[in-house]
Amino acid sequence: MSDLSRNELLLSAKNLIKRFGGLAAVNDVSIDVYRGQIHAVIGPNGAGKSTLTNLLSGDLPLTSGSIKLVNSNITGWSPERISKHGLGRSFQKTNVFLPFTVFENVRLAAHFDLMRTEKAIELAQLTHYAHTAASQMSHGGQRQLEIAMALATNPDVLILDEPLAGMGQEEAQRMIALLQSIKPRYAILLVEHDMDAVFALSDKLTVMVDGTVIATGSPAAIRMDKRVQAAYLGEAHE
Amino acid sequence: MSNVKANLEVLPKGLQAALALGLIALVACPFIASDFYKEMITRMMILAIFAMSLDLLQGVTGLVSLGHAAYFGLAGYALAFLTPQGEAVSLWWTLPVAVLASSLAALVIGFFVVRTHGIYFIMVTMAFAQMVFFLFFDNKVLGGSDGLYINFKPSTSIFGVSTFDLDNKTHFYFFTLICMLAVYAALRKLLFLPLGRTLGGIRVNEHRMRAVGYGTFGYKLTAFTIAGGLAGLAGYLFGAQSGYVNPELMGFHMSAHAIMMLILGGMGNFAGAIVGAFSFEILLSLFKDLPTLELFGKSIQLGKHWQLWMGTFIVLVVMFARRGLLGVFDRKSA
Repeated sequence: MSDLSRNELLLSAKNLIKRFGGLAAVNDVSIDVYRGQIHAVIGPNGAGKSTLTNLLSGDLPLTSGSIKLVNSNITGWSPERISKHGLGRSFQKTNVFLPFTVFENVRLAAHFDLMRTEKAIELAQLTHYAHTAASQMSHGGQRQLEIAMALATNPDVLILDEPLAGMGQEEAQRMIALLQSIKPRYAILLVEHDMDAVFALSDKLTVMVDGTVIATGSPAAIRMDKRVQAAYLGEAHE
Repeated sequence: MSNVKANLEVLPKGLQAALALGLIALVACPFIASDFYKEMITRMMILAIFAMSLDLLQGVTGLVSLGHAAYFGLAGYALAFLTPQGEAVSLWWTLPVAVLASSLAALVIGFFVVRTHGIYFIMVTMAFAQMVFFLFFDNKVLGGSDGLYINFKPSTSIFGVSTFDLDNKTHFYFFTLICMLAVYAALRKLLFLPLGRTLGGIRVNEHRMRAVGYGTFGYKLTAFTIAGGLAGLAGYLFGAQSGYVNPELMGFHMSAHAIMMLILGGMGNFAGAIVGAFSFEILLSLFKDLPTLELFGKSIQLGKHWQLWMGTFIVLVVMFARRGLLGVFDRKSA
């Protein structure tokens, strides 16, 4: 992939605000994600990370702000329209079709395109489990299936909400390898609590606290940021 | 357990053999049974079509409707309105018109109801059906509470050439059997087409379906409309067989009976709907024919309280055969 395409801005959110009554769950957040880049969003519980992902995918309506996806203004679009326009996502809580096989899950996500189905299953390293029911998969396997389903929608942008949540060390390593292998093709917005994985994977980080962005920058810059250390990372990463 | 097994979408071999035997019995029946039984089984087959139409909505798409009888009754009324007082009307155009009328009603009502979810969907479908019920019940022009008579069974002649005679109970029986098998075959085919798989996805996880790019409203409305049309086919046949329609055909009880048929037989594979409809009607006859007991000097008419026995039976099925009578054939994947 050329450097030019790697610098392609695919997702651009400006001044996003989401209020629930008097509470601003997301307050004036802007974020840009480029192809070939993993942009991680970190922050303590309640920081507004999942609300942000739900705003970007259209699952929640914005109070104000605007979102551009692959050069189109998608503000106010429905989740299905945003998905068709090139945004695939996985969910914090495993959200697959549990009674269906892996193949059926991915085939649905691929809108019955067999080539896309097989490619997504292969990319997510699930070929050996294609005919296993999702309900029979391990937790890690179900998280991989989440990724496969997101990939099967033929996206340009991937939003991955805590893909490592609840995984053992071995499963987490497998997922990290998977994300590294798919990184060059997509613009990836990663929400994750596992700091080792975040710093190993991401090219850029945004730190949120109480709905607000307190810092954005490279992993090295974020490590050194005093506000981040005070607000979130604490002594473990000092 | 895969969805295929959970819903018995792929019928186990033993069950396929049992269904084949049942089909042979259905084909043989008119040659040995009296007119009374021919009529009774014809009615069961009509109700099986009705139950299959609801299965598309409830078992496949996950939309529990308490107002499905509205489309059943509307087609029956369509036949009543289209049949003149003094002569028969052609089956070949009245049947499509009646089915179309029911589909159109389902499309219009569905446009509003499929926007709702869960308990609201159930209540809104019932509310619309009750509106249709009272429209006919309170309106003398539409037959009022007494309903309408259909004096002649539809004519089957094409350009003056008679093909078969619906006044003949054997002919009516086989025509209904063909309709039932055609509906079953079409719905089974649909189950494995992208539309059927998509409807299954909506039943299992609608939120995820939207996240991967499906406009679920359109799919649900399609299912609602097809189900309404197929219920209309059953309603047309019901009106033609009985020669009479009344608002009860569109009432709450009729809708609830269809749900009970699905619970009895098993949902999501259409074979269960057929088994459920037959079982329901057989049980109904059995419970209604229960004897009168003399206890402590009082006579208790057991048959009069058939709803009590039917209710008890349904509760037992729900408790001990969650996937209906069909599921009993497939203990291994239960």
